[in-house]
Amino acid sequence: MTEIAEPMPTAMPVSLHTGDAATKRLKARYAAERRFRFYGILAILFACTMLVILLSTLLKEGTSAFFQTEVKLAVTIDAGVIDPKGTGNPAEWDRGAFQTLVIDALYKEFPDVSGRTEKRDLRGLVSPVAGVRLGQMLDENPALVGQTIDVWLPASDGVNQIVKGGIDRDLPEAERPISDKQLAWFDSLEQRGDVRSAFNTTFFTASDSNYPELAGLLGAMVGTLLTMLVTLVISLPIGVAAAVYLEEFAPKNRFTEIIEVNINNLAAVPSIVFGLLGLAVFLNFFGMPRSAPLVGGLVLGLLVLPTIIIASRAALKAVPPSIREAALGMGASKLQAVMHHVLPLAMPGIMTGTIIGMAHAVGETAPLLMIGMNAFVTSAPDSLLASSSVLPVQIFIWADKPERGFVELTSAAILVLLAFLILMNGAAIWLRKKFERRW
Amino acid sequence: MDSMTLNKPVQAAVTQTVKMSARDVKVYYGAKRALHGVNVDLYQNEVLAMIGPSGCGKSTFLRTLNRMNDTIDICRVEGKILLDDQDIYDPKLDVVQLRARVGMVFQKPNPFPKSIYENVTYGPKLHGLATRKDEFDAIVETSLKRAGLWNEVKDRLHEPGTGLSGGQQQRLCIARAVAVSPEVILMDEPCSALDPIATAHIEELIDELRESFTIAIVTHNMQQAARVSQRTAFFHLGDLVEVGDTEEIFTNPRDERTQGYITGRYG
Repeated sequence: MTEIAEPMPTAMPVSLHTGDAATKRLKARYAAERRFRFYGILAILFACTMLVILLSTLLKEGTSAFFQTEVKLAVTIDAGVIDPKGTGNPAEWDRGAFQTLVIDALYKEFPDVSGRTEKRDLRGLVSPVAGVRLGQMLDENPALVGQTIDVWLPASDGVNQIVKGGIDRDLPEAERPISDKQLAWFDSLEQRGDVRSAFNTTFFTASDSNYPELAGLLGAMVGTLLTMLVTLVISLPIGVAAAVYLEEFAPKNRFTEIIEVNINNLAAVPSIVFGLLGLAVFLNFFGMPRSAPLVGGLVLGLLVLPTIIIASRAALKAVPPSIREAALGMGASKLQAVMHHVLPLAMPGIMTGTIIGMAHAVGETAPLLMIGMNAFVTSAPDSLLASSSVLPVQIFIWADKPERGFVELTSAAILVLLAFLILMNGAAIWLRKKFERRW
Repeated sequence: MDSMTLNKPVQAAVTQTVKMSARDVKVYYGAKRALHGVNVDLYQNEVLAMIGPSGCGKSTFLRTLNRMNDTIDICRVEGKILLDDQDIYDPKLDVVQLRARVGMVFQKPNPFPKSIYENVTYGPKLHGLATRKDEFDAIVETSLKRAGLWNEVKDRLHEPGTGLSGGQQQRLCIARAVAVSPEVILMDEPCSALDPIATAHIEELIDELRESFTIAIVTHNMQQAARVSQRTAFFHLGDLVEVGDTEEIFTNPRDERTQGYITGRYG
């Protein structure tokens, strides 16, 4: 008592926890708490703002890629032009001639255009590969040969960009990819109602192309799916088996400790190193084909293996030891205890870890560049050994292209990739919620 | 300690057969010795209570009886433990079979996070004791009845065992152990996580189970030892200090350490 009384000479027995000094301390404490909460809110706001900026930029740039400007032309499908041999067999058609038909139709639309330069400018209104679209239509319905039909064909990239506002039509002529004359023709087409903006199915049904109006993501999406399939098949069983062995069976000695440290280190190895490994081992040593989903999947499998092992071990560790004891006490062997009880209980955690690992792999670009997955591939892969692209690499390739059309395609592809990731993470959350068990 | 063969004044009517016996059992955790040579017998259809202060080795000893210590890498057991004259540490002995014969109930109720039904049928399934559904149904009913749980859960056999109350969970664990018809049941402080009413329930149950099984129970609660057991063993710092008739241990202990513990001078 005396010790406390000494620094407070007042007669009243004032408690240490009341009085002016105490009130001041209390105030300071509350102020510190308020300050900290403020910093927290600030951090969240900052993160949200960045996210909104990112997403709104992508949406602004990318949504237009989901629409494509089309021009209606009355094309006369002259059997003599497309089928010079007269066999009637679509396989014998002269594929180059379809574009000629499209251009003839265009000339007919503007009969007063003459002269080489003017005609070339006129041709610039439709996509130089509009004939490919026409060919696809005829493949589906060969009975159209010999008729004159109204078809909607993709406009050229310049027209497309004018319609979408990607290029300002008020710019001086020299700075636009489209001349004043072309603009006038386009306007007259539009007045006749022969211009429309349609959903860009090409984006989801075609693969890469040098022409933005013909480029699509199908090849990259199929490639990503095949690659992920290989990654999952490689990394999930190996990762879970390794985790189960290390966590449940391995003796705890120096050797397993070294293995453990190395697995943790592997998770932090830059991904491009895995690409080099794939190049050296899978391509050069085993002679596997370049750009193949199989090799990409193997490389990404190695990349996510440590992630899966670490997540699985954490999930196994979280299963209470009392469950193991219960099973062993009933006379289960160690393997039975793991298989019947521990592993099922750890499964939600393992699945979550795996999906997060896979989501990481989906967005991985660098290692795939090393094994040649940045090749220009114009068709979807039909096997694990076929040349293929994947979504992030496709984004990388398109981001490099100069045409204005590829800018919006890049953003759109990023949106598709983000949708993939949201789906995968959503699946992870759903799995965890569904299989979560309490004990 | 040789006196244990002599003390049978109360149960004079029952001829006691030795079910398990431990001879000079020493347990090491790495270099540290946790048990310094324990000699004790478990008699058929009797409850042996093991008491002693924390860290005295009573749980360690209990776990040597069905080789649960095998799961600890650094644990080493010396000496002999016989189950019906068969050495359970014989390398040729199958641990799975041993644990089917010597069941265990743990300190914390640990039902599997599965249905009540699956909890009880797990052991019989594991050891192939039944194949048809009606056989399993019968096992579930008799086991739950023996554990005094049948009336409370018969309408919700397919609900998760983890949804039961603590006392019910522990009785489910007992039913699970009973379901494989073991010969010995080991209980490691089975009531330490339970409230007094649930504890009373389990204690009654132990007395009933004694009719069919040999039981060894570790407890911190001396009243419990006095209530449920016929014989009591007192452990202290890795030594088995005294073992004998429960009444005698509690009324007339021979060792002053036992005296000190049961009168509450330390614990």
